[in-house]
Amino acid sequence: MSEGLWQGYLRPDGRMGVRNLLLVAYTVQCAQFVAHEVARGEPDTHVIGFPGCYDNEYAIRLMLALARHPNVGAVLAIGLGCEYTQPHRLAAVVRDSGRPAESFYIQENGGTSTSIAHGKRLLQGLRERIASAERVPMTWSDLTVGCECGGSDGTSGLAGNPVVGRFYDGLVDRGGTAVFEETVEMIGLKKVLASRAANNEVRALLEHTYDKAERYCKTVRQYSVSPGNFAGGLTTIEEKSLGALAKSGTRPIQGVIRVAEKRTHPGLWLMDSVPDETFMQFGYTNPNDTEGIVDLISAGAQIVLFVTGRGSVIGSPIAPLIKITGNGQTFRNMGGDIDFNAGCVLDGSRTLDQAAESLAELVERVAEGEPTKPEALGHREYFVMYKHQNTPSLEAGCHA
Amino acid sequence: MSAQCFRIDASDNVATLLEDIDAGAEVQVRGESMPFSLCATDAIKTGHKIALRPLTPGALIVKYGFPIGEATQSIAQGEWVHLHNCRSLYDARSSNLDIDSGSRKETRYV
Repeated sequence: MSEGLWQGYLRPDGRMGVRNLLLVAYTVQCAQFVAHEVARGEPDTHVIGFPGCYDNEYAIRLMLALARHPNVGAVLAIGLGCEYTQPHRLAAVVRDSGRPAESFYIQENGGTSTSIAHGKRLLQGLRERIASAERVPMTWSDLTVGCECGGSDGTSGLAGNPVVGRFYDGLVDRGGTAVFEETVEMIGLKKVLASRAANNEVRALLEHTYDKAERYCKTVRQYSVSPGNFAGGLTTIEEKSLGALAKSGTRPIQGVIRVAEKRTHPGLWLMDSVPDETFMQFGYTNPNDTEGIVDLISAGAQIVLFVTGRGSVIGSPIAPLIKITGNGQTFRNMGGDIDFNAGCVLDGSRTLDQAAESLAELVERVAEGEPTKPEALGHREYFVMYKHQNTPSLEAGCHA
Repeated sequence: MSAQCFRIDASDNVATLLEDIDAGAEVQVRGESMPFSLCATDAIKTGHKIALRPLTPGALIVKYGFPIGEATQSIAQGEWVHLHNCRSLYDARSSNLDIDSGSRKETRYV
C-alpha cells in the first residue's frame, strides 16, 4: 500500500475532509420539495432530511452528525414551520462546530417559489464563506472508511468482501480507521465475532451486541436476507453472514459504536445500528442499503465502500461511495455504475493482495478528488428514519 | 476445459460455482483441498452451491468451515444445494421461499 498523501480540507473543529460540500437539511417531509429545489443544479450541494413531523432524538443525532461531517463545509436547514424538529436549533449546533449555517421556515418566507429563491441566496452566501477552506496534507491515518455490502451473491463472500477485508487490514496498519456494520448479518457467528475482540472488555461488548441482534431478528421475524441474495446463490442468513464478516479483515476489533457516535481511537470498529428495546419494542429496522451507508457516514467516514455482487445503482450524499463487485458478470453488465471489479481474484488473474492494492490506489485517487461512478452520475440517496438507540448525549457523540 | 467451483475450507461439503453450468457438466473443484472433479446432476448458476458428497436429511451444510444450515432431504453428490433442500438453523421462514425468486410464499398481495 502506498504512503498515501493528498490535500484535504481542514474544518474549524480540526477534522479533515476529502470534499468541500454544502448541505441542505430539511426537518419534515413537507419541506422536502423546497429543499431539493434549492439544491437543484448546484453540484457542490447535497441534501438530507427527516420525513417525520414528530421528532426523534436518534434522527436528530444522525442529522447533526451528518451536518458536522468532515466533508461538509456549511449547512442550510429548512423547515415547514409546524414540525417538532427545529431547523434553527440544528443550525445553532452546526455553528458551534465553527461551520457557517443558516436556517429558515417555508411558512415564514411566502411559500414554495419565494422559499426556493431565499434558499438559493443563502446557499450562495454560504458557498462564498467556505470557498477559502484551508487545504492541508492528509494521509491514511486521517481517514475513516466505512464498508457496507448489499445485493450480495455467492461471489461477495469469495471476492468482493475479502478484497475489502485485505484493504482494511492495510488501512488499520497505517493508523487509519475502518468501520463495518450489519450486526444482523452476523447471525450464528457469536464465537467468531467475540474472538476478534481487542481485549476482554470489548469481547463482552461484542457478545452483548451480537445477542441483541439475534434477539431482534427473532422478535421481529426479520432476517437480513433478501430475494436477490437467494437468487444469487445464498441459501441462509448464516451463509450470508460468513461472507459479510469477511469485509472486516483480520485485525482486532477496538469496540462498538452506535449510529452518530464517536470512536475513541483509530483501528477497526463495529457499528451497531440495531434499535434498542424501548416502549415501542424494537420497531422495524435494516430497511435498505442506503440507511446502512448513511449510518457509516455518521461515524465520520469520509469515504464509503459498497460491495454488491448482484449490482446496485445507489450512491450517497456527503461521502463518496466506491462500488465494488466480486462478480465479473455484474461488472460487465453494470460497469457504468461500478468502480471496482474484485472478480479478478476468482478467475485467477489477480491475487487478493494485488486486488487490495489496486483498491487502495482507487481510494487514494477518490480522496484526492477523483469522482466515483455514483458521484459522477449524481446519485445521492439518503434515508433517515425513526429509531430508538440508547446513544450517549449529543456532546459525547458526533465528533469522531 | 471443465467448469470450475470453489471450496473455501477443507471441511466444506459444498462449493460455489464460478460459472453457470448445465446438468451433467463436469466440474473441477478448486480451493483449500486437492483439486478433484465431479459430475453435476443439476443445472447450477454462478454463485450457487454444489454438494461435494452425499448428505442425509438433517446433515449440517458446511461452507467457510462453518454450518450454514441443515439438509431437509437427502442430497446426492453433484446436486444443487439451495432453498429446496437446505434450511437455516435460525431463520424459520427460510424453508418457505420461492426457489426461483427467493420471495416469501406466505406474503399476500391482496
